[in-house]
Amino acid sequence: MRHFKLIYKICIILLAVLATLLMSSVILMILGADIWRTFYTIVITPLTRVGHLTEVFVRMVPLCIIALGVAVAYRSGIINIGAEGQMAMGILGFTTVALTLGSLPKPIVLPLALLSAVLCGALWGFIPGILKSKLEVSELLSTVMLNYIAAQFYSFCLRVPLLDPAEALSGAGTPQSARLPSTIEIGRITGRLHYGIFIALVLAVLVYLFMWKTSFGYKMRASGAQSRAARYGGISVERYVTLAMVISGAFAGLAGGVEIAAVHRRAIEGVTNNYGFSAVVVALFGMLHPIGIIPASFFFALLIYGSTLTPRAVGVPANIVDVMQGLIIIVIVTTQMVLQNSYLEDKVRRSIEARLSRKEA
Amino acid sequence: MEEKIRQLRMEHITKRFPGVLASDDISLSVDEGEVLALVGENGAGKTTLMNILMGIYQQDEGRIFINGEEQHFRGPEDAFKAGLGMVHQQYMLVPNMTVTENVALGYKQAWKPLRLDLDMVKRRVEEVSSHYGLAVNPDAYIWQLSVGEQQRVELVKTLCLGARFLILDEPTSALTPQETDELIELLGRMKQELSIIFISHKLNEVKALSDKVVILRHGAVVFSGNTSDYSSSEIATLMTGHEIVLPENKEPDMDGPVALSIQDISVRSDRGFLALDHFSLDVHEGEIVGLAGVSGNGQRELAEAINGLRPIVEGKIEFFGVDIANRKPWYVIDHGMGYIPEERNIEGIVPSFAVKENFILKDSDKERFSRHRFLRRKEINSNAEQLKESFDIRTPNTTTAAGSLSGGNIQKVILAREITRAPKFLIAVYPTRGLDMGAIEFIHQELLKKRREGIGILLVSEELDEIMNLSDRIAVIYKGHVQKVLSHGEANKARLGVLMAGLKEDQ
Repeated sequence: MRHFKLIYKICIILLAVLATLLMSSVILMILGADIWRTFYTIVITPLTRVGHLTEVFVRMVPLCIIALGVAVAYRSGIINIGAEGQMAMGILGFTTVALTLGSLPKPIVLPLALLSAVLCGALWGFIPGILKSKLEVSELLSTVMLNYIAAQFYSFCLRVPLLDPAEALSGAGTPQSARLPSTIEIGRITGRLHYGIFIALVLAVLVYLFMWKTSFGYKMRASGAQSRAARYGGISVERYVTLAMVISGAFAGLAGGVEIAAVHRRAIEGVTNNYGFSAVVVALFGMLHPIGIIPASFFFALLIYGSTLTPRAVGVPANIVDVMQGLIIIVIVTTQMVLQNSYLEDKVRRSIEARLSRKEA
Repeated sequence: MEEKIRQLRMEHITKRFPGVLASDDISLSVDEGEVLALVGENGAGKTTLMNILMGIYQQDEGRIFINGEEQHFRGPEDAFKAGLGMVHQQYMLVPNMTVTENVALGYKQAWKPLRLDLDMVKRRVEEVSSHYGLAVNPDAYIWQLSVGEQQRVELVKTLCLGARFLILDEPTSALTPQETDELIELLGRMKQELSIIFISHKLNEVKALSDKVVILRHGAVVFSGNTSDYSSSEIATLMTGHEIVLPENKEPDMDGPVALSIQDISVRSDRGFLALDHFSLDVHEGEIVGLAGVSGNGQRELAEAINGLRPIVEGKIEFFGVDIANRKPWYVIDHGMGYIPEERNIEGIVPSFAVKENFILKDSDKERFSRHRFLRRKEINSNAEQLKESFDIRTPNTTTAAGSLSGGNIQKVILAREITRAPKFLIAVYPTRGLDMGAIEFIHQELLKKRREGIGILLVSEELDEIMNLSDRIAVIYKGHVQKVLSHGEANKARLGVLMAGLKEDQ
């Protein structure tokens, strides 16, 4: 029984994997798809070629940046599920600056555009933050509602003020902005893999230092861990909760800016790609710590990219893959809760011990 | 009706946790109608032993017998089935449900398919409460009840679920003196029908209630015998391993200037009524003022109002000449206020934070612990080691989560932080509630030491012994205002009791 804890954890994780495979298999079976090849396409194929791998990293960048921000908020006691909207606002901020000041030299305009993305995201985070700390408005409501507002506003901007003049002329009317000038581009390393990956990694280090090594981070974590004690200790909990939400929004905004600058180079409808929601799961899966979030964002990027391959490779429609992704997320979250339930662990240990001792007797 | 429990025996119980021998070959037995007091300091292994009896933990060695039959409890359900019922130190009640609904949670007879027979539960609650004289309103919501009433609900719940043998884990630790007396009287009546094991470290209760006493120290039985054969002080000595004499404040008045002057303040409670109604009190430097009173008469609101945690409707609080009424907590802290709060587990510490992190709760951006906002790890660590050493905080190391420590050690963490911050004034709210004699002795000594250094202390307590031992002056609070202020010499228990009950002395 010495290694009980380890064996227990491994068993739970294996069970979770098995459950996911089983449930997905049922769905795939109903569709009449090749089960084994579908799984292989999602999880293994992306790792087999550099071209695939770079695409995984492309998806990892926004997930990682947003998840870091979500973790900052979560640790400070406020749950940010508004990153999707904050990212959209960041894209608008970035695009506007890029289109108006694009003729300036790159060292000026790129930082300015990114700053604009950060500020727009931060503003969209500030609103639920201040509402919570001043009026005790639940951030779950306000962030979700602000997501809708941001999504509609984004749509409007791409159809009217920011609509690509070429689109207006040619009449196709695809809602997207004009192609942004080259002065705002973030360079690519190979394929579409871009230097934004370093931004994500540097931010991970910065978040770690900020949250765990400074008095700011200390106070924010104290506010999140036990707000009464923090208040007792003279910490202005309301201020730090708002600040946390501003930081969280800023990260999402930045992720939007980087995505446009490095990957799409114009604002298009749908580029936020649910990253804002997936990132919440990434943050939780990464145990709300940068060291966990880096691998977690890679793993989820792998799933997201792998699922785009299935329609062609095995003829499984993409939205069925969304269903499977949802399953995976539910199983992962459930598994984590089961793993953290020490009561259940103790119960299992006891029943095994009882069985063993009865055998001996 | 199921069979009575005529005898319960635990034989040679041993339980090891990683690195600790929590129960070391413990044997005890309780017969019908007997009350066994299980006595020992915090961390002596009392609760562990009872958790084993209730099937929450499994013993590594040893056996449990009921009426001579060996029992194998694989979980609390098995222990319930055998007729054992335990009331834990932390009550297991859902605050936004009624008494009846709380009982129904465990009352399986009422679980009809598709329907919960609440009427049946309510009848059962009424039956049990009238049978044992446990006054409980079945329709009251838990959050509306005082701590003492909640405990009665726990008792009713345990009895409704069919307990024929009661285990009470420090039942009086959160009760007021009046409630304690009531409980002891009640248990005295109940023992005619069932047996009771009760865990305590308050020796007067042990003397008043129990027939037999078992004393644990470091997980082993150091003594067991008939309660009536030994005096309280003999039991105390056996419990701690050394003789305990609580210190007394016998020093002359310091005659210092006024440090804290509360002038005519009114403060609202959480539920909106005036918890403090034109309350005034002065505390001088180098003086301990004991604020005696039954809890719930405005003590919590007073402490919070002074410390900037609760708005003040009217009035003024002068702290060394500065008005601190309605200022932010940090402002009050920066002016030299030290505060030991009532809720030590969730307000005095951040439970998930390490002990060393809790030591800097109020000082994370003071120069001592951070430079340019970056925390100074070495300084934080050495500070923690030093405080752990000098305040004898029993923790595996200073990176342990503070919330996992025992109550006495949590209080020492708070005390260490508040005292070593060199405050100019100290507010201590129920500083020894629920602690064992050794810890109480330590805290009293530290408070008196601070007094000798010329620091004023406002001591809020409901333990009259504590108040009378330590205070230079005693103010009695009742319904949000000061009944009377007595000097050390004028106070005695009877007089304080009368004032605490809200009577004027000429009545």
